[in-house]
Amino acid sequence: MKWSDVFTSSVGRKLVMGLTGLFLITFLVVHAGVNACIWANDGGDMFNKAAHFMGAMIVIRVVEIGLFAGIFIHIIQGYVLEFSNRSKRSVGYDKQLGNRGSKWYSRSMGLLGTILLLFFILHWYHFWIPSRFTGVEQTQVNGVEMHNMFALMQITFSELWVVIVYVVACFSLFWHLLHGFQSAFRTLGVSNNRYIQPIKTIGFVYALIVSLAFAMMPVSLYMGWAH
Amino acid sequence: MEHYLMNLTLKVWRQANSNAKGKFETFKVKDISSEMSFLEMIDVLNEQMIREGHDPIAFDHDCREGICGMCSMYIDGRPHGPWHANTVCQLHMRAYKDGDTIVIEPWRANAFPVIKDLMVDRSAFDRIIQAGGYVSVNTGSPVDANATPIQKDNADAAFAAAACIGCGACVAACKNSSAMLFVSAKVSHLALLPQGNPERKSRVTNMIAQMDKEGFGSCTNTGACEAVCPKEIKMSNIARLNNEYLVAGLTIDK
Repeated sequence: MKWSDVFTSSVGRKLVMGLTGLFLITFLVVHAGVNACIWANDGGDMFNKAAHFMGAMIVIRVVEIGLFAGIFIHIIQGYVLEFSNRSKRSVGYDKQLGNRGSKWYSRSMGLLGTILLLFFILHWYHFWIPSRFTGVEQTQVNGVEMHNMFALMQITFSELWVVIVYVVACFSLFWHLLHGFQSAFRTLGVSNNRYIQPIKTIGFVYALIVSLAFAMMPVSLYMGWAH
Repeated sequence: MEHYLMNLTLKVWRQANSNAKGKFETFKVKDISSEMSFLEMIDVLNEQMIREGHDPIAFDHDCREGICGMCSMYIDGRPHGPWHANTVCQLHMRAYKDGDTIVIEPWRANAFPVIKDLMVDRSAFDRIIQAGGYVSVNTGSPVDANATPIQKDNADAAFAAAACIGCGACVAACKNSSAMLFVSAKVSHLALLPQGNPERKSRVTNMIAQMDKEGFGSCTNTGACEAVCPKEIKMSNIARLNNEYLVAGLTIDK
């Protein structure tokens, strides 16, 4: 068996999806943790410092390359699998099994992922591109010059349609994670029944907390709860 | 339960052969007994069609005891019909009432081409088994029955997996036309027993390679297969297959 076969068979491709998925799940915890600093209500100082720390640390910048690799592998592999799987049934059914056999979100990972991809493009345009390339207004915290990311968030989320788009994306994120979290562990071979139920519970709690936290960020800034 | 008679409308997929374009045809059947099995109801229709000089509906069946895995009808959007953990032959007409319309389709998957009407070619499953779903044994006198100790839980789980009759309902139900529940049952029942141990790595890699070659999709853990399996094969077998595959993929020698 060649090494390439291990990762290009149907099971191997799923392993890649599971591994990159879990990597992205870990990233979301860090991302949500840093962003939660906006609720310190100190004019964004704590959040700006946290963002500055992440941007200035060499380790994080290296990990960032891995992060983008992970995201793009997950997206491309996801589409490859989605279209390949769809091609396996040329003549469809007149009557569908639908929700009698599975949850709607477990069958809609491609759609939920596509919504997230469209959101990412907007999200990168809003924050990542300005902070890396086009520049962000500067501020001083304890005498250190840094990007005023908090002010950028305030401006971005002053428009209602942006807030709505972000909240919709968080809904998609919740359903995507609810299936993806436990599915990743199954794909990586966790078959022990004593683990499956706790993993499902942890997955639900994780998906709820992370998506709710992200959804509350634009809402908090729009409503002025974070200032 | 009280016996009753019913008149039904059947919408059945008709297709002359694997290359022909199929279509639905509607039939009326009268005075069907609530004590008939679903296949007996089709038998009544077919006898009526033969008497009238029409081509009867082709469908697969063998034991009619729910243990052979031959019957394969997708009834009203569900493989093997509305009852849980059941095969078509063991579906009885008391599941229906007078005036019902029933839609009957064949398994839909490119790896299971339609031979005629409701009959599909499931020899892809045989080729997957041939790729590794067996144990090689020495000839000679049989080993003493209790010579190989097996943990009770493992023996039970292996037996539960071995209950798979290879009917293909998992493929029919899966949105990806994935055969993972079938393959995982066959891999699991040997992986859980000491007899399966010597060939476990080549078994899982060869069976997956054959599964991909046959044109089945990949597993996205939706759970539709488990919900419709007549033998209640568990999805945890799929996770075990993934585990077996990962270990084999990382450690196999050549």
